[in-house]
Amino acid sequence: MSLALRLPTPARLGYSFNWAGRIGLAVILFWAAIAIIGPWIAPYPPGDMVDFDYFGPMSSQFWMGSDYLGRDILSRIIMGTRYTTGIALAAVILACAGGVLLGMIAAVVGGWFDTLLSRFLDAFNGIPHLLFGLVVVAAVGSSIPILIVTLAAMYLPGSYRFARALAVNVNTMDFVTVARARGEGFGHIILREIFPNILGPVLADLGLRFVFIVLVLSGLSFLGLGVQPPNADWGALVRENIEGLSLGAPAVIFPSIAIASLTISVNMFIDNLPTRIRDRSE
Amino acid sequence: MLRSATTWILVGQRLGIALITLLIVSFAVFFATELLPGDVAEILLGQAATPEAVAGLRTAMGLDEPAIWRFLSWLGGLATGDLGMSYVNKMAVADLLSGRLMNTLRLAGIVTLVCVPVALALGIAAAMWRGSWLDRLVSVLTISVISVPEFMVATLAVLVFAVWLDWLPALSFGVDVDSLGDMLRAYAMPVISLSFVVSAQMIRMTRAAVIETINTPYVEMALLKGASRTRMVLRHALPNALGPIANAVALSLSYLVGGVIIVETVFNYPGVAKLMVDAVSTRDLPLIQSCAMIFCISYLALITLADMIAILSNPRLRR
Amino acid sequence: MDQPLVSVRDLKIGAKTDSGREVEIIKGVSFDIAPGEIVALIGESGSGKTTIALSLMGHARPGCAIHGGTIRVGRHEVTAMSERQRAAMRGTELSYVPQSAAAAFNPAKRIMDQVVEITAIHKLMPREQAEAKARALFRALALPDPDTIGHRYPHQVSGGQLQRLSAAMALIGDPALVIFDEPTTALDVTTQIEVLRAFRSVMDKGAMAGVYVSHDLAVVAQIADRIVVLKNGMVQEEGATEQILHAPKHPYTRQLLDAFEPVPHVPLDRPQAPEPILTVQDLCAGYGVMRDGVPAAKILHDVSFRLERGRNLGVIGESGSGKSTLARAIAGILPAYRGNLLLDGKELAPLLQQRSKDELRRVQIVFQLADTALNPAQSIETILARPLAFYHGMTGAARKARVIELLDMVRLPGHLRHRLPSELSGGQKQRVNLARALAAEPELILCDEITSALDTVVAAAILDLLKELQRDLNLSYMFISHDLSTVEAICDEVLVMLKGRVVEALPAARMSTDAAHPYSRLLIGSIPQLDTGWLKGLEQDPALIAQFAGR
Repeated sequence: MSLALRLPTPARLGYSFNWAGRIGLAVILFWAAIAIIGPWIAPYPPGDMVDFDYFGPMSSQFWMGSDYLGRDILSRIIMGTRYTTGIALAAVILACAGGVLLGMIAAVVGGWFDTLLSRFLDAFNGIPHLLFGLVVVAAVGSSIPILIVTLAAMYLPGSYRFARALAVNVNTMDFVTVARARGEGFGHIILREIFPNILGPVLADLGLRFVFIVLVLSGLSFLGLGVQPPNADWGALVRENIEGLSLGAPAVIFPSIAIASLTISVNMFIDNLPTRIRDRSE
Repeated sequence: MLRSATTWILVGQRLGIALITLLIVSFAVFFATELLPGDVAEILLGQAATPEAVAGLRTAMGLDEPAIWRFLSWLGGLATGDLGMSYVNKMAVADLLSGRLMNTLRLAGIVTLVCVPVALALGIAAAMWRGSWLDRLVSVLTISVISVPEFMVATLAVLVFAVWLDWLPALSFGVDVDSLGDMLRAYAMPVISLSFVVSAQMIRMTRAAVIETINTPYVEMALLKGASRTRMVLRHALPNALGPIANAVALSLSYLVGGVIIVETVFNYPGVAKLMVDAVSTRDLPLIQSCAMIFCISYLALITLADMIAILSNPRLRR
Repeated sequence: MDQPLVSVRDLKIGAKTDSGREVEIIKGVSFDIAPGEIVALIGESGSGKTTIALSLMGHARPGCAIHGGTIRVGRHEVTAMSERQRAAMRGTELSYVPQSAAAAFNPAKRIMDQVVEITAIHKLMPREQAEAKARALFRALALPDPDTIGHRYPHQVSGGQLQRLSAAMALIGDPALVIFDEPTTALDVTTQIEVLRAFRSVMDKGAMAGVYVSHDLAVVAQIADRIVVLKNGMVQEEGATEQILHAPKHPYTRQLLDAFEPVPHVPLDRPQAPEPILTVQDLCAGYGVMRDGVPAAKILHDVSFRLERGRNLGVIGESGSGKSTLARAIAGILPAYRGNLLLDGKELAPLLQQRSKDELRRVQIVFQLADTALNPAQSIETILARPLAFYHGMTGAARKARVIELLDMVRLPGHLRHRLPSELSGGQKQRVNLARALAAEPELILCDEITSALDTVVAAAILDLLKELQRDLNLSYMFISHDLSTVEAICDEVLVMLKGRVVEALPAARMSTDAAHPYSRLLIGSIPQLDTGWLKGLEQDPALIAQFAGR
């Protein structure tokens, strides 16, 4: 009977999961929760000037101080969570879905299709990311859909290259040859034989790319070319309040900490993913 | 050391690929800046312009010609140093760039000189004594720097060195540079910030490249011959890690490009990157094109150089 | 009584598993080596033989650590020494010849620099003298161009030569003990002979002691004075070579020797079918870019043979002979560019995409490495269920029942179907690999080296299973192998292949007596026998070896 009361902890499911990984996951889940429930827990409307002082210090009224217009920083960070994580997540999913699919197709089809696609995407990757962002924003302006597509386009070639390299390796394995000799079609080979075997590394890669996208997005916003006022992601919050830097104002420090906490914990989680316990002696 | 014909064929191939890449990149830049934004003449004259004025300007600027023709003449201009006129201050782009380019090159050069030796030494040392306190310290520091945006490294540097310690001026280029001391102080902040960003990448990649070669049977063999740890790494692992390390250095130096954009903005440094960010806010397209091409060409040159070193250091291609 | 050169007492070595749990992989091993004596450590994979050999040098691979016991080499107490002291001993007191010389030579440095490195590390002699000594060793090891071979890079010499060069590298410091770690396992049989000969002659001349690690009793019989039989990190039996070979005491040793006994194949007594199951006529295949209908790299040249229904055909040859390519061409994975394939008298398209589902079903291919032949992300049930659904349209409970039935056919318990391939042993994986082919209900199975990666005892069991299945299911096998005793045990006819051509076809039972082609005789004569005098008594024409052994 006691069996039913046991929680499915990682160890009981046959996984080991160290503390660095657990802390990383906890912080990620924390920011995910903030992004979802943000509007209900923000103490002040993020756009309202609520403090008479600008660059106000931390106080019981304004936990993280106030910004250059006297708006509450805590509320603005909570609202910024949605922009930063939402845009980055949408972009990374677009980039990886496209990259992985194209990568697997190129690996299996091979030949001139593979060569041409690889060359083209490599060339595209030859444009430094932030620079590409600058050029696009200069050309067509900045809006959230454009940011998402631009960021996805920046990171698709890298994802393609990564997935293709993995898929090329799997494709030479005998079980794929067996499937081919059995007469299996293209779809089966890609989805059933190759995809499950590259999924693990691809997910880890997705996490790393998410970090890069958060960084580039913050960079763009910091340059004033990302999320446009009155909305603000974390990078834009730093830009708005950069004047407060020489005063050591909390308004510029806390958004920076928010970015760092998210990116560092994603890195920590990926470096310490739960590993399946498997013993040679078994 | 003799090189076989295949080596030179490979080198030639790399150069060819670099040229093709450059062509694709320049088309992408041209496409983004000339075709995406819509009618340049309308942008220039503003919304109040009469249709006749717009049509006149279009003809004068050659905008009526087919896109491919404009692209080719633009390429020709680039090749001969004719970079066009800035929309905003009606100056030749080449003149605007010349002084700025030197500033940026100086910044990048100093950073490279500082970073490469330090990063290689730290990366190799961390790999050599893998798992030691040095390795752990270096790993934690590099991962922290990599995980945060470049502007944060820069702002943190200002916070520490200028605000709390008060050693250096926060914004370096408002003041005149009179003496060597002034110049050092002026360059210190941008160089420090950029060095952190670039060397963190370089250390990590160097460490990974060396560790990969340390885990090979021939390095284990050196151990079984009685070689010391230093000999194992320096004589056996390093020569084989040369290619990957060259790649690591080139890839991390390319972070200079991203880093330089942020750092020049934060410190108000009069370089190409700052010029470009300003051009983006004023939508000065010819200026943006030229700046983008400068960055792309330097990035490509670095990557291609690294590839060449990797090819030339591959012992299998030796005769 | 002489003091032994090496004495190992109650050696225990632990390893950390992926989940961080400690397991003992060497469980209290003790043995001695007298000066000048060659002792073989023999055992299957996982027996700990390489781990023990490396521990003599005071080295444990990452993740492993010596937990207990003592190792004494000469006057050194290896287990009590510091890493610096151990480094001083390595190369001069004892040295190591690795399994794969190709991987153990640094690709970035010239061979000579690596061979004399030991003398430089330990400051034994000036460079000039060291090089002269190396050249003398090259000569003693019968290497070609002994004066100039040292100037080359490792990738510029062949595998067999590299293996001998690695012996020169080990001998340059005049060690008292040389450890050979499976030094001929990666080589072809005809090359193996030259390398074994070279090793023997240098070991006979010097008064060096040796440790020879191997899984092959026949190879060990040629070189060792004494044999230590290991299993699961424990000594099973220890004795003089003659005693182990002819009067084994431990049941495990007997099992190892039994696996060597040729089991003569008794052909099934069935009425002859009117058509052969497979007819191959002038088959040509190759890789690379096609130009004028001919690929850039031609591998198979005009291969022809017939395989009668219910009979087995063996294909033997060394690496590069094209035997695996032949199987791939028949399966349609690598389409033949010329020649005909007839399945049961009916034309088979060269490209598998052009074959009907039923044609594909009737010919199945089984690969050597079960590790890569089974999708690691799928459970055994998923792996076996796929051909059932694909060829026979089976679903639900019927399919599940058939999966259990198939596992039973290959003598595996039904509950294994929930496992992933990585959770099975090597032999179990190979049985699943076979069961997947059986799921199609084929008539012909192409077996590509399916027992080569397995330990001898496990391989023998797989062969028995194949015979049993043939009786029950009226199968025909095409059996590709480099191991002649395996082919002898299961095949009726044998094709000998060399450089993509069939040089001879003969009945398997009379292979050693009837072979007429000089290459077939060389190949058959190069298989080591379980006889200590075999290598010494072996007479081979050096010109013949030079002609055919290629490398």
